[in-house]
Amino acid sequence: MPTLILKRLVMTIPSLIGVVIVTFLLTRALPGDPAAYFAGPAASTEAIEQIRKSLGLDQPLPVQFVDYVQALVRGDLGTSLTTGQPVAAEIAARLPASAELTLLGLLVSMAIAVPLGILAATRPGSMIDHACRIVTTAGVSLPVFFTGLILVYVFYYLLGWAPAPLGRLGIFDSPPPTITGFYLIDSLLAGDGTTFMASLKQLALPALTLGIFALAPIARMTRASMLAVLSSDFVRTARACGLASYTVVVTYAFRNAMLPVITTLGMVFSFLLGANVLVEKVFAWPGIGSFAVEALIASDFAPVQGFVLTMAVLYVALNLAIDLLYGLIDPRARMDA
Amino acid sequence: MTALVATMRHARYVVSENPVTGLSFGLFLLIVLAALFGPFLVPHDPLASNTTMALQPPSAQFWFGTDQLGRDIFSRVVVATRLDFGIAVASVVLVFCMGGLAGVAAGFFGGWTDRIVGRIADTIMAFPLFVLAMGIVAALGNTVQNIVIATAIVNFPLYARVARAEANVRREAGFVEAARLSGNGEWRILVFQILPNVIPILVVQMSLTMGYAILNAAGLSFIGLGVRPPTPEWGIMVAEGAAFIVSGEWWIAFFPGLALMIAVFCFNLLGDGLRDIVDPRRRT
Amino acid sequence: MTAVPALVVEDLAVEFRTRSGTVRALERVSFAVPKGETLAIVGESGSGKSVTAYAVMGILDPAGRITSGRAMLGGLDLLAASADQVAAVRGREIAMIFQNPRTALNPIRTVGQQIADVLIRHANVPRREAPGRAVELLRDVGITDPARRAKAYPFEMSGGMCQRVMIAIALAAKPSVLIADEPTTGLDVTTQAVIMDLIGDLARDIGMATIFITHDLALAAQRADRIVVMHAGHVVENATTAELFARPRHPYTAELIAATPDAAASLAALASIPGSLPDLRRLDLPPCRYAERCPRRLGDCDAALPAAPAIPEHVVACWNPLS
Ligand SMILES: Nc1ncnc2c1ncn2[C@@H]1O[C@H](COP(=O)(O)OP(=O)(O)OP(=O)(O)O)[C@@H](O)[C@H]1O
Ligand SMILES: [Mg+2]
Repeated sequence: MPTLILKRLVMTIPSLIGVVIVTFLLTRALPGDPAAYFAGPAASTEAIEQIRKSLGLDQPLPVQFVDYVQALVRGDLGTSLTTGQPVAAEIAARLPASAELTLLGLLVSMAIAVPLGILAATRPGSMIDHACRIVTTAGVSLPVFFTGLILVYVFYYLLGWAPAPLGRLGIFDSPPPTITGFYLIDSLLAGDGTTFMASLKQLALPALTLGIFALAPIARMTRASMLAVLSSDFVRTARACGLASYTVVVTYAFRNAMLPVITTLGMVFSFLLGANVLVEKVFAWPGIGSFAVEALIASDFAPVQGFVLTMAVLYVALNLAIDLLYGLIDPRARMDA
Repeated sequence: MTALVATMRHARYVVSENPVTGLSFGLFLLIVLAALFGPFLVPHDPLASNTTMALQPPSAQFWFGTDQLGRDIFSRVVVATRLDFGIAVASVVLVFCMGGLAGVAAGFFGGWTDRIVGRIADTIMAFPLFVLAMGIVAALGNTVQNIVIATAIVNFPLYARVARAEANVRREAGFVEAARLSGNGEWRILVFQILPNVIPILVVQMSLTMGYAILNAAGLSFIGLGVRPPTPEWGIMVAEGAAFIVSGEWWIAFFPGLALMIAVFCFNLLGDGLRDIVDPRRRT
Repeated sequence: MTAVPALVVEDLAVEFRTRSGTVRALERVSFAVPKGETLAIVGESGSGKSVTAYAVMGILDPAGRITSGRAMLGGLDLLAASADQVAAVRGREIAMIFQNPRTALNPIRTVGQQIADVLIRHANVPRREAPGRAVELLRDVGITDPARRAKAYPFEMSGGMCQRVMIAIALAAKPSVLIADEPTTGLDVTTQAVIMDLIGDLARDIGMATIFITHDLALAAQRADRIVVMHAGHVVENATTAELFARPRHPYTAELIAATPDAAASLAALASIPGSLPDLRRLDLPPCRYAERCPRRLGDCDAALPAAPAIPEHVVACWNPLS
C-alpha cells in the first residue's frame, strides 16, 4: 500500500504541472493586456503600468512563469482588487464552506443513488427499476441552478420548512468556534445543538440540490455494474455454494460492483465542483464559488485565477483519493503498483 | 443507396420500438422551428418593457407571465431558443472540428502527435470542466463568442479520444493498406479513407454532448458571463428570476428553466436514440 | 442395479423466454446417480448439459423457467422446495464446480476467506476457526504451502490451482453429490489428469456421487461408471459405460463412438457428425430432435418420443435403435 500511494502521488505530478501551466497561460498568453485585466476595468493608464511592473509583466514569458511558480510555492495567489485582501487567505477562509456543502451533497446522492441502483439491478423490470431509469434520464437533464430554485420555492416559499436561502447561518445565529471550518462538525464539537440544527437547516436545500444533480450518474453506474456482477461467474459460484443471499449480494456482488462506481466518482466530482459554483450563487453560500463569481463580475482576475487553480488542485487530490480507495478495495490494483 | 435504405428502415424500427426516441425527434423539430422562426411568431416584443404590467402571473394575455420590467416571458423564452441553440450548435461544431482532427491525427500518426494530443486532453481533464470554462471566459473576455470557445475546449478531450480510438483501429485496416499500396500519401489516406469512417461516430458524439453544451453555456450566463441583459437567454432569465423566487413570483425563473430542461432532455434522448441507430452492435 | 440413488432427476423441462422466442432448452430429462458412483453427461456444445446442472442447483438465469420435473436429493425435491430450503442444501448436500476456475472465484476476496465463507455457512465451523480449517482444506486438495496460499487472491494463482480451490470450496461441507461442469476445460493436459484424479479420490473418501459434465466421450469413458448422452435438450441414451461402448443403441451415440477412435477424442470429433443441433426456438421442432440428422429415421419418429421405462438399466429414446 505505501508503494501504491507513492506511485499514485508521482502520477499526479504531470497533472499538477499541466494545471499550473494552464492557469498561468490563462492570464499571460492571451490576446489583450494582462496588466489591464489585473488592474480592473476602472484603472488609469499609470495604474496599469504600475501593475505591469509590480507583477513583472514587463519581463519575458519564461521569467514570468518562474515568478508565478515561485509565488505559488510561497502560497501567494496575488491580491484581490475589490477587497484588497490576499487571494490565498480569502480562499482558505471560504474553502470549508464549499467543502462542507460539496461533501454533504455527495453523501446525500450516494445515500440515495447506491441503494436505488442496487434495488433496480436486483429486481429488473420492477417498479423500482423503472423509477431508477426515469431518475437517471431526467437527472442528467436538470440544470442544477433550476433544481435549486424550485427547491427554494417549494420548501421556503410554499411550505416554509426551510430557512431563507441566505448563507450558512440565519442572521441571528453565530458561527461555532472554528476547528475544522465545517459548521456541522464544529458545532457538534462545541456541544452546541442549536447551531448544529441551524446550520443543518441552511445546508439541507443546497446539499439536496447537489445531491439530486449527482444522483443520476451514480445510480446509473451502480445499476449497470451491479447487473454485470450479478450475472458473473463468481456470483454464480457463491449461489451454488448456498451462501446466504445477504452474503452473496453484499460481500460478493456489492463490493465488486462498487469498483466501477468509485471510478465514476472522478467524473462526478468534476461535475460537482462546477455545479457547486452555481448552487453557491443560488443560495448566497459564502464559499469560494461565489467569491469567484463576484470577482468575475467585477473583472477582478487574480481571485478567479486563484479559484481555478484551487479547484483544479482539489480535483487532482480527489482523484488521487479515489485511486487509493480503489486500491484499498481491489487487490489487483495494489499489485499493479 | 441500399445502405441508406437499410439505415432508414432501422431508424424507423428504433423509433417504433422506443416511442421516447420518437418524442425526442418531435421535440427537436419544435426547438429547431422555434430557433428559426421564433422571433416572427411570438405575440409580444421580447424587449419591450411595460412597467404597468410588471410581475403579472401567467394569464391568457401573457401565457408565461411577465417579468419585473413587464416583458412577456413567453416571447422571451421562445426568442431565446435561437441564441441558446446557436451557442450549443456552434460550440459542438467547433469541437467537432478541433477534437475530431486532433484525435484522428493522434490515432493515425501515433508517436509525438499522439503524445501531445493526449497530454492536452489529460490536462483539460485535470480541471473540473465548468470551472475551467469559467476561467477561459474570464481570461478571453466576457462575450458570447468566448462562451462558445470555452464550451468547445472543455469538450475537447471527449472528441479527441473517440476520434483517436476510431482512427487507431482503422490505421492498419485492409482498405487503408490497399490505399497505401496503390501509392496514396499518408495525408490523402487520412482525409479520404480515415475521416469518412470517423465522422459518423463523431456525429453521434455531437448529439450526445449537445445537452451538456447547452447546460454549460446556460450555467455560464447564469453566473453573469457572456450574454448581457436585456438579451433574452434562458440562463440569464433564470438568474433574473432567481431574486423573485423568495417572494413567490415563480414564473419568471420557472419557464426559461423549464425550456432549458426540456431542451437538454430532448438532446440527451436524441443522442441515445441516434447512437442506437448508428451503432450496428445495438441492432437487434 | 441395487445401489441407493443419491440424486434422481425425472422428466425435467426448462424453457428460456427470450426476445426472439422461447428456447425449449430441456425436455424429458431423466437420470439417476447412485451413492459413490460417477455419472457422466456427454453431448455437444448447446445440448443442455449446463442448463441441466443449473436447474438442479436452482441457479438458472432469471430468464429460465422449469416447466416440469422433479430432482430428488434424499427426500427433498429440489425443484419444488422453497428458495430457503434449496439454499440450505446447496453447498451442504449438493455442490458444484465450474469451468473457467479463474473467473469462478471472487477476484477481490482471498481464497482462504472464500473457503471460510462456505465453512461458516454449512459446516458449523465457528467464525474464529474457519480460517484454520480453510488452510487444512487447501492442504487436502494438494496445495503446497497452504497457509500462505490461503492469503492469496485468485489472480495470483494458476488456473489449476484455482480449480483446486474451487474443489476445496465445493467439498468443504462434504456434500453427497458433486456436479463438475467441464472442470478441466482451459487447463493443460497434465493438470487435467491431476484434477480428475483429485476429484475421484476425494469422492471415494467421502462416498460422494459425482456428476461429471463433459463433451469428451473418451474422458467420460475413463472416469464414469455410467454415461448419459444428451442431444438438443433430450437424453438420447443412458447406459453403463461398458454397455454403452459395447452396444450403443441410439444412432447418435453410435455416430459419437464411431467418431471417437480412441482416447484422443475431442470437440472436433463431435463436430464431425453431419448436421447440427436444431434451433431450439423453432415452433415445429420434431418430437425426436435428432430426426433431421438421423440416417435411420422412420415414419414413427414424427409422432412422439418413445416413453422411457421407470427404473432404467439401458434407456434409449429411439423408435429404430441399433440392436
Ligand atoms: N440464459 C439463456 N437464455 C437463453 N437460452 C439459453 C440460456 N442459457 C442457455 N440457453 C440455451 O440452452 C441450450 C443449452 O445450453 P447449455 O449451456 O446447457 O449447453 P451445454 O451443453 O452446457 O454446452 P457447452 O458445452 O457449450 O457448455 C442452448 O441452446 C442455449 O442457447
Ligand atoms: Mg456448459
